[in-house]
Order: sequence, then structure tokens, then C-alpha cells
Amino acid sequence: MKTLFEKIWDAHVVKKIENGPEVLYIDRHFIHEVTSPQAFNGLRERKIPVFRPAQVVATADHNVPTINQHLPIQDELSRLQVNKLNDNCKEFGIDLYGLNHPKQGIVHIIGPELGYTLPGSTIVCGDSHTATHGAFGTIAFGIGTSEVEMVLATQCLLQYRPKKMRIIVNGLLEKGVTSKDIILYLISKLTAGGGTGYFIEYSGSAIQRLSMEERMTICNMSIEMGARGGIIAPDEKTFEYVKGREFAPKGADYDKLLAHWKTLFSDKGATFDKEYVFDASDISPMITYGTNPGMGMKINGLIPAGNGSSTDADKADLKKSLDYMGFSPNESLIGKKIDYVFIGSCTNGRIEDLRMAAKIIKGHKKAENVTVWIVPGSKLVEEQAIAEGLKDIFEAAGIPFRQPGCSACLAMNDDKIPAGKYCVSTSNRNFEGRQGPGSRTLLAGPLVAAAAAITGKIVDPTEFLN
Amino acid sequence: MEKLVKIESTCVPVNISNIDTDQIIPARFLKATSREGFGDNLFRDWRYNNDHSPKTDFPLNNPKYKGAILVAGKNFGCGSSREHAAWAIVGAGFKVVVSSFFADIFKNNALNNGLLPVQVSDDFLTKLFIKIENDVNTSVVVDLENQSIQTKDGSLKDSFEINSYKKTCLLNGYDDIDYLLNIKNEIQVFEQSFN
Repeated sequence: MKTLFEKIWDAHVVKKIENGPEVLYIDRHFIHEVTSPQAFNGLRERKIPVFRPAQVVATADHNVPTINQHLPIQDELSRLQVNKLNDNCKEFGIDLYGLNHPKQGIVHIIGPELGYTLPGSTIVCGDSHTATHGAFGTIAFGIGTSEVEMVLATQCLLQYRPKKMRIIVNGLLEKGVTSKDIILYLISKLTAGGGTGYFIEYSGSAIQRLSMEERMTICNMSIEMGARGGIIAPDEKTFEYVKGREFAPKGADYDKLLAHWKTLFSDKGATFDKEYVFDASDISPMITYGTNPGMGMKINGLIPAGNGSSTDADKADLKKSLDYMGFSPNESLIGKKIDYVFIGSCTNGRIEDLRMAAKIIKGHKKAENVTVWIVPGSKLVEEQAIAEGLKDIFEAAGIPFRQPGCSACLAMNDDKIPAGKYCVSTSNRNFEGRQGPGSRTLLAGPLVAAAAAITGKIVDPTEFLN
Repeated sequence: MEKLVKIESTCVPVNISNIDTDQIIPARFLKATSREGFGDNLFRDWRYNNDHSPKTDFPLNNPKYKGAILVAGKNFGCGSSREHAAWAIVGAGFKVVVSSFFADIFKNNALNNGLLPVQVSDDFLTKLFIKIENDVNTSVVVDLENQSIQTKDGSLKDSFEINSYKKTCLLNGYDDIDYLLNIKNEIQVFEQSFN
């Protein structure tokens, strides 16, 4: 009796070192411009090639501008780093979705979109949100640059088996509650370090009912609990999503794999080191009030006062966070004026996210006090949003529809939130300065963000859904 | 990789919990294509004001704190997988980070750069912060061979876990990649059986 995770992991163990880690084979390696250059330098110093270039896929996403992408990148260091990726991919024979490629986009969006992400596989990338791909029943996790070099050199990593956690969410979601609210809710319950050392399987009827894109949003933020990754058993929705994608197997190859994919679930009686059960009806639209993703609450709730069982360190942590955010204990955030809205990122930059935002924004104008950035996750998402008329809806509201990239999620490009300003953001991290030095981030789902865009303040989005 | 056996040093305390890698090295400093130079921007936004003047109350700017051991609050290194965080800490001259809890990816990144994460009990950490606050010259001995950490005066002691493989690597200065390159034949055999 094995868990879903164990079935995939065990199939990828090349060997076990006595009293040591296992050598884990990696099927798919995604790379981007920020965490790969030093790894390629390492290969050059060792005078070795990329071992399996066909299993590596590259994209430029972290550093790219989200306007005027046809022009050379203005920031010199960003330009050099993106150019370095181009050169490295050319030298080592790696397929690249670089800036201006018609299918460029955020690495965790284009992987599934192009059919590179397949159930039952192992996937790594020098990016902690690699957990996203777990939505397909893959073991996907983020690695550091030394490890990027190892995978480039040998297609393997030395890994210790993480502990197993299962989070079950049963029941029906209320209207206006998105999968982003589910994951923000779970992180608020388990805390920002509650998953450290674990790989999390998400299951239960509420998870099964989610679309593939919604599942990606959940798995994406597993790392925000400290978990190595998150995984969801593949089902008909998964198989249907993968089928026919550009690089997914076709015909008899697909059928053969499909038979294997159908065996990928946790056996009845398989055991977990930790298990949590939640009821979907307890989840409301969420928002964060602090400076780590575990500091989240129901949008209609009150900021906690740090009473109860928390330690002195936890209390100091909460005070430091609230001071940074300019909030007080027991404060409600409803009606609070905000300055920026960012809709995008590998968490919420897919077509379904843009459709949700458009549903609320349609027929309204952007509030005057707010700057709104809507950034599609990939060129294909951008194309589809244009075809569906979403771009027109945004532009009619006075919101420009930008070009794909990581953008204000980590503000490596020019999309920075100024010091002291509040941003309701559909991204994944509310750390101090994450969206620019001094920026104040409130994480939320696309409905909350879109409602903030048209009202200029924090409001419960459900009132706009009738 | 440089060998790491035993470190004896005074400490630099940063008594903050949940220090994420965006604080250790903000994203805007990740544009370099080499591993060098990140130390200057370690804890950049906690260390410097917007006009680049140093914030004198931050421990790294306080001349009374120096040494090769960084002591930090629990859940150190959470967030982004950026190895630049480990490079920044090493670049600023640290060889050991002491905390009561480390994020997984950071721990791997540190070990791959010869930086030893020493996970101690909450109690030891609290007492160590107090001791350093009372005496900035508190010397701490980290002994990898014996997996022990103690103040030189012997008043505070704790042991720490490290897996035996990683321990051997650090004691001898071996990299994971050397090991993997040596078993390439086995990897190829695995690939054939797998496909």
C-alpha cells in the first residue's frame, strides 16, 4: 500500500546511498534566467555538457518588462541576464521560450499549457513555485542553483524522502470562494512553516471538483507552508487537459501512458505522517494582513491580537508585521483604501483567473485612486484573453492589459509598488518589500482583487456576483 | 567546496522569526550572473535606508557584533528557493547559521555552499540570544564531528542533527555533483530500464 507520492518517487529512484540520500531521476527540468546562469558557469568550469538537453525547457519570465516587449530591455542588468539565458540555451542545445517567442510566459504556466507537465513524472526548477505542477499528479519541487547544475549535468538529484502529509477538503464551496481562498485558508491554519519537511497530497471532494487551473493555484502555494511540494491525484480532468497539448504524447504513446496514469492515487490504507481534514463551507474569501502568507483571514474578519497560545516570538513577529503594514490588532480591513491592484503571477495568471476578474470588472470603471496591473501568465493566455474579449473589458474600465511575465509578484522588472503603498495582489508572497522596497502587499484571489480595482478599497467580492 | 570541521567565533544575532529569503537578499539584487558580490546586499532593506545610509540599529551594522556565526529566529530561510540567499550569507563572511527551525530549500542551498545550518532547540536559541545580548564577546564553538554547539564557557550546550552523508561531504569538502558525475553509468542504465 503506497501513497500517490510514494508510487512516483519509488519509480524514480536510481539508487539509495547507504545511510544517505536517494538518487532521484528527474524527467523534466524547467529553467529561467535568474537561477540558471551560475549553473551554466559551473558546467563550463567542469568542461561538461548538459546531459539530457531534450528534457530541459527554458523561458525568460522573472526579469522581463510587461510593456513594449518588442523593444530592448531598458534595465541593463535585466537585459544582460536575459541575453545570457539566450546564449546558454544556444550553447548547450536547450529549447527556449525567450522574450518575444509566441509561446513565452511564466515557467509554471507554459509547462502545463504546452504539455510538458505530465502525470507521474518528476519535475524540478530553480523556483520554489515549481510545486504548481503537482496539480497533475507529479512530484514537482523547487531547487537551488547548485542543484540546477546537478540536474543539468546528470538529470539527477540527491534527495531525502520528505515526510507525507494529506490535507482533505470536503464539501461545497460558497459562492465567491475561489481556490486561492482555499489555499490562503489552509496556510492560515497550518502557518508559514507548518508544512516544512513534508510533501502534501491534497484530496477530498472539494479538491476533486476543482478545474486543473484551480488545482494549480492550490499546489502553487504549498511552499508558502514550507512544504517541498503539493500533489493531487490525476483524474479524467487531468487526462483531458493533457490530451492533445503540443508536447504531450499522442496516439498509442498517450494510451500507454494513460493506463499508467490511472494507477496514480494513494492506495486505500496507505498511511501519512500527518493528516488534516477541513470543511469547504468554512472557507470565505480571504485576504492577508501581515508579512507572511500564513497571516491570512476571512475578508470580513478582524486582524488577530496575538492572544491565545502564541509565544513571545510569535507576538513579536505579529507586532513587527502589523507595524510594517500600518495595521492594528482587531482592525477590520473592509473599506480600507488601497493604492494598487496586481492580477497575475504563476498563482493566478491563467485564463480562468482573468475570466473571474473580467466578470467583476465588466461594465465598471477602475477606481480613480488605484493603479491596476493585469498581467497574463503567458502569450497563449494573452492571446486567448484577447479572443474572448477580456482585454476589451479591462480596457473599457481604464485598465491596460499588459504582456506576460512574473511582473509585480517579485518586482524584478519595473513593475514595483512604491514604498508605503498598499497593493491587493493575486500573487503568492506578502513578505516585506516583496513587490518593491517598502511595499505593502495584501494577498487575495482574483475576485477580491478585481473588486478592489473598481472600488479602490477592500470589499467582499460576493456583492458583485449577483 | 571548502572543508568545514570546527568553528569557534563570536556571533551576530538577528532576533527575528520567519526571515524569508526576500529579506536575506531582495529580488532586485538577483540580476548578477556569477556567485560573487551578494554579501554586500545581505539583509539589504533591513540594513540600509532608502538613501543608502546604514540603519545603525541593525545588528550587522553594529560594530560590536562580529563573527562567523549568524544567529536568527525560527523558520529561517523560508520563501523563495534563491540560492543567492546562501551566497549572500557566505559572502558576508558567515560559516554557520544557528536557528531553531530552517526552511528545507534554504537548508539544502546552505549545505551545497559549505554553510552549516545548525538547528537548535527553542530554549537554547532563546538563551543564546540573551547571552549574546548580555555579552557581545560570547564565543560559541560549533563542532561538526561531534554535532555539538556550545558557548565557550560551557554554560549553554546543545546537539544538532545532520545526516551522515552531508556531514561527510562537509568534513571533506565534497560536492553532491562530484558524486552524481561518478555514477553516470548507473544513471544511464536506469534510463534504459525506465523507458
